[in-house]
Amino acid sequence: MKKAILVILLLLMVFNIYGAVLINGAGATFPYPLYSRWFYDFEKEMGIKVNYQPIGSGAGIEQIKAGTVDFGASDSPILPSDQNKFNLIMVPTVAGGIAIVYNLPGIGKGLKLSRSVLVDIFLGKIKLWNDPRITSLNPNFKIPPMPIVVVRRSDGSGTTDIFTQFLSAISPEWKNKVGSGTSVNWPVGVGGRGNMGVAGYIKNTVGSIGYLEVAYALQNNLSYALIQNKEGAFVAPEIKNIKSALERVKVPSDFYIYPVDAPGKESYPIVGYTFILIRRDLKDKEKREALFKLMSWIYEKGDKMAEELYYIPLPKNIKDLALKRLEILK
Amino acid sequence: MKKNLGDKIFKGIALFSSLFVILLVFFLFVELLIYSFPSIKKFGIYFFIDKIWDPVTERYGALPAIYGTIVTSILALLIAFPLSIGIAIFISELAPPALKRPLSFIIELLGAIPSLIYGMWGLFSLAPLVQLKIGPFLQRILGFLPFFQGYPLGVGYLTAGIVLSVMIIPTISSLSREILMAVPIDQREAGYALGMTKWEVIWKIVLGNARSGIFAAGILGLGRALGEAVAVTMVIGNFPNISVSLFSPGVTITSVIINEFAEAAGQLKISVLMELALVLFLITFLIMGLARYYILKRIEGR
Repeated sequence: MKKAILVILLLLMVFNIYGAVLINGAGATFPYPLYSRWFYDFEKEMGIKVNYQPIGSGAGIEQIKAGTVDFGASDSPILPSDQNKFNLIMVPTVAGGIAIVYNLPGIGKGLKLSRSVLVDIFLGKIKLWNDPRITSLNPNFKIPPMPIVVVRRSDGSGTTDIFTQFLSAISPEWKNKVGSGTSVNWPVGVGGRGNMGVAGYIKNTVGSIGYLEVAYALQNNLSYALIQNKEGAFVAPEIKNIKSALERVKVPSDFYIYPVDAPGKESYPIVGYTFILIRRDLKDKEKREALFKLMSWIYEKGDKMAEELYYIPLPKNIKDLALKRLEILK
Repeated sequence: MKKNLGDKIFKGIALFSSLFVILLVFFLFVELLIYSFPSIKKFGIYFFIDKIWDPVTERYGALPAIYGTIVTSILALLIAFPLSIGIAIFISELAPPALKRPLSFIIELLGAIPSLIYGMWGLFSLAPLVQLKIGPFLQRILGFLPFFQGYPLGVGYLTAGIVLSVMIIPTISSLSREILMAVPIDQREAGYALGMTKWEVIWKIVLGNARSGIFAAGILGLGRALGEAVAVTMVIGNFPNISVSLFSPGVTITSVIINEFAEAAGQLKISVLMELALVLFLITFLIMGLARYYILKRIEGR
């Protein structure tokens, strides 16, 4: 009798596993809070389980190249040549802004930083907070005479990639001296590990300045700066300003783009997408369909959740373009 | 002598266990060597003398990491060693019996705390203290020394050294305590019988006898400091830099590996990190080996 029950239980377990489709994904940590909520709701609604491991963009890219997961996730776009070489489709899921945050006693949010001042701070050319180039931009603030402590990510990160892409876009000197990438050879500053590490350093170090995903800046109550955009206006990393930037950057069909330094008076200049990568030659037909369902569900129903967690939903034209790219999964 | 089967089996198991450890170390070394081959081929000796770490142009130099590892570990040992010996002497020689057990227990507990927690303490409590209090204080009284120049950022070699020292105190102090307690009571009593004071007995008889063992305890502590990763990464500042000032941020071998490994893409980058691991392996091996050698020589020479 006992044996029979055991056999039935075993059979049930086996059928349970093979009955439902399971999608495995791995990669970027930045969208993980959102992905876990999306995937949870998606499973409740559609009965398809998505298993996501936030192991970092680099590792996610390696795994999808090797074909050990069904999708990879990355915060920085991969080159069109690599997309072709490894037979990958890359589409964005959601966007985010990067805030310049600082810790100055007695000074709240809204410090204005021009493009050249921002670059020179991160190049180590402006060393003091009361430098005339900063004070003349901010006559309303009484800025204390204090050394500037630059804080940046010490681990390789998509956030760093987007931020250094922006600095390279606005400054030839930065482009030649430092360049851009998930980790670079910083001229000055201390490195914190992960967004939380940077937030921790900034909170604890008076006179510090650094860059953070907007979500982390808001959750940690850090003051953020107004950054001068392409039109010369000083803008805050708010949802409408990030959306304005996303709408104004033309996107190629392989999505290899950094939407930094967008035109438009309202546009916030430091923004980026986060991507997922799917193998074009994925054999399993059920999984192909499940992945397509997942992506269309995200584009259709994911926006509200994204905004609740301070992520920026994609503009409609980009969603349409992405869905068209994904058609071949069907 | 006749041996029974049980003896033989036991001997076999014991032999296998010890061989297993040796093989493990050996294969670890070989594996690291194989993985780091592309990096060794590309950079050669420049890997050890280049100060630049630039992932964009793929130029990697390990000197700042090697320097940082050695500076923070030695700093930790300088702070922790005298303190630990003080603790050990107090527990074994001076403390009233009612205090001995709880004190030993608390120190052993200190050793069981995960390094992540030490890192958080370092980042959230110690770093602001170093930036605003300890740093300026050291600068006021010792500012003429090159070690205390520049603006204290809160994170850097000094903070990392302090955090590491707290982490190795349990190792050194509990080992030293065991060693001090192993000094025979007879010898102490002989000292008192000759009219020595308590201080003389502790200094000349107890410490004199336990000297080599205490050094060995220090070396074990140093070994832990060299390999510590998580806590150091949180407080070292992660700036590839070689500076005499203890206030400046730096990197250690372990912090570079921790920071870069998750996002390491491409064969060269991974290989570079593997070579760093190999370097750490060799440094630890070398220091432990040298220390062992000197201590053994000392014991035999006496």
